[in-house]
Amino acid sequence: MAILEVKNIEKHFDGTSVLKDVSFSLEEGNALAIIGSSGSGKTTLLRCLNFLETPDAGTIRVRDEVLFDAAQTANERERDLRKKRLHFGLVFQSFHLFPQYTALENVMLAERLLAQERPDFKQRKKEILEEIEQNGRSLLERMGLSERTGHYPHQLSGGQQQRVAIARALALKPDILCFDEPTSALDPELTGEVLKVIRGLAEQKTTMIIVTHEMAFARDVADRVIFMDDGVIVEEGDPVQVIEHPREERTKQFLARYARG
Amino acid sequence: MFWTVTQSLLSGLATTFEIFIFTLIFALPLGLLLAFGAMSRFRPLRYLIQVIVWVIRGTPLMLQLIIIFYGPGLWLKQNIWSGNEAGRITATVVAFTINYACYFSVIFRGGIEGVPAGQREAGLVLGMTKSQIFFRITLLQMVKRIVPPMSNEIITLVKDTSLARIIAAYELTFAGYSFMKSAGLTWPLFYTGVFYLIFVGVLTLLFNYIERRLDYFK
Repeated sequence: MAILEVKNIEKHFDGTSVLKDVSFSLEEGNALAIIGSSGSGKTTLLRCLNFLETPDAGTIRVRDEVLFDAAQTANERERDLRKKRLHFGLVFQSFHLFPQYTALENVMLAERLLAQERPDFKQRKKEILEEIEQNGRSLLERMGLSERTGHYPHQLSGGQQQRVAIARALALKPDILCFDEPTSALDPELTGEVLKVIRGLAEQKTTMIIVTHEMAFARDVADRVIFMDDGVIVEEGDPVQVIEHPREERTKQFLARYARG
Repeated sequence: MFWTVTQSLLSGLATTFEIFIFTLIFALPLGLLLAFGAMSRFRPLRYLIQVIVWVIRGTPLMLQLIIIFYGPGLWLKQNIWSGNEAGRITATVVAFTINYACYFSVIFRGGIEGVPAGQREAGLVLGMTKSQIFFRITLLQMVKRIVPPMSNEIITLVKDTSLARIIAAYELTFAGYSFMKSAGLTWPLFYTGVFYLIFVGVLTLLFNYIERRLDYFK
């Protein structure tokens, strides 16, 4: 049973078609890598999954629950939309940490705000907040940042900031964690530490969608790879097959361009 | 004589301070509302606010004060401001609030729009509500950005309070000037200047403090 099923997603911006009839599914515990040149629609697809963009057509299902159906969704209430968003986590290319909060506060903020909506929050306030702090600390520890919990984002390197951002996304325990080119804004010597963390998540069977330009990483870590070009899925399959022995002409061209740098 | 002048200036200062503080109390939130209106997706509201801001920023504050103080009496055949000092101060605060809210709204809008869109999106994907995003994420980053332009505007407000003299509110400048009229003394005018300098000096220290306090993040 697939945890995520995306069917026939379309997205247009001012007459330009950015996503054309995109369908795919993802099994629980699997990592899916999406590759393709800039402008191919990869990022827009992730933004649609996270409800930052509204698709013009198609459906999105998670655990057999319809989260989005273009045929039905008119003015959705903010409350419902928020709940649906929480099925997904998103790690941005340029981190977007909140600069006025420490690493730990960044990780805890959303969870604390959500906890206030719990019916038992008033009675168990202290307990709940302690749990959240413990969760935050252990997440940062998993990211190798236990020494940096009190640092503000501007005091951290890009790689450290991105790892805090990953911890922040994990704090809400999303069903599916999405990465939008998580290493593209980093200096080359800092990509390793971030990729290592994502690799660790894959080993722990975290369900993930990773938009990336790191081909070797995609090949090693992903369970499946999708190659997108011009808003369509051109090729999909086993990472070694797609990246090393692509069938489609467009995939071959892209990878050849890539190998040349 | 020195003591008489000092007492008189102190009572003028009280009026000046009253106008100053009440204008801030009302104009800051009103300016924020106008800023939200100016960024609204509802086009007519956006245009309406643009026109209001254009008119208010495009005409002298003194003219606005005169219209607000004398207008109601002439149009409605009865004065809505009581004829005493309190009425004059109230009219001044109303005129100043409208005027300063427009200037503040432009500063607020710049501050809010200066916060990268990614901050809002990061809040959204973490399941935050719009108001949580504003109060927990945007607000402080906006405040940090607007402290310098705001300090300019607020210091200007201190000195603009002297315009209340035009409707005979007994504020600080009026108090200093009255000694020149009645006794031909010019030194109280310079002494009045010292009062303004101290007022603005205290504000400057306050703004420096706020800037330092917000220095912990970038």
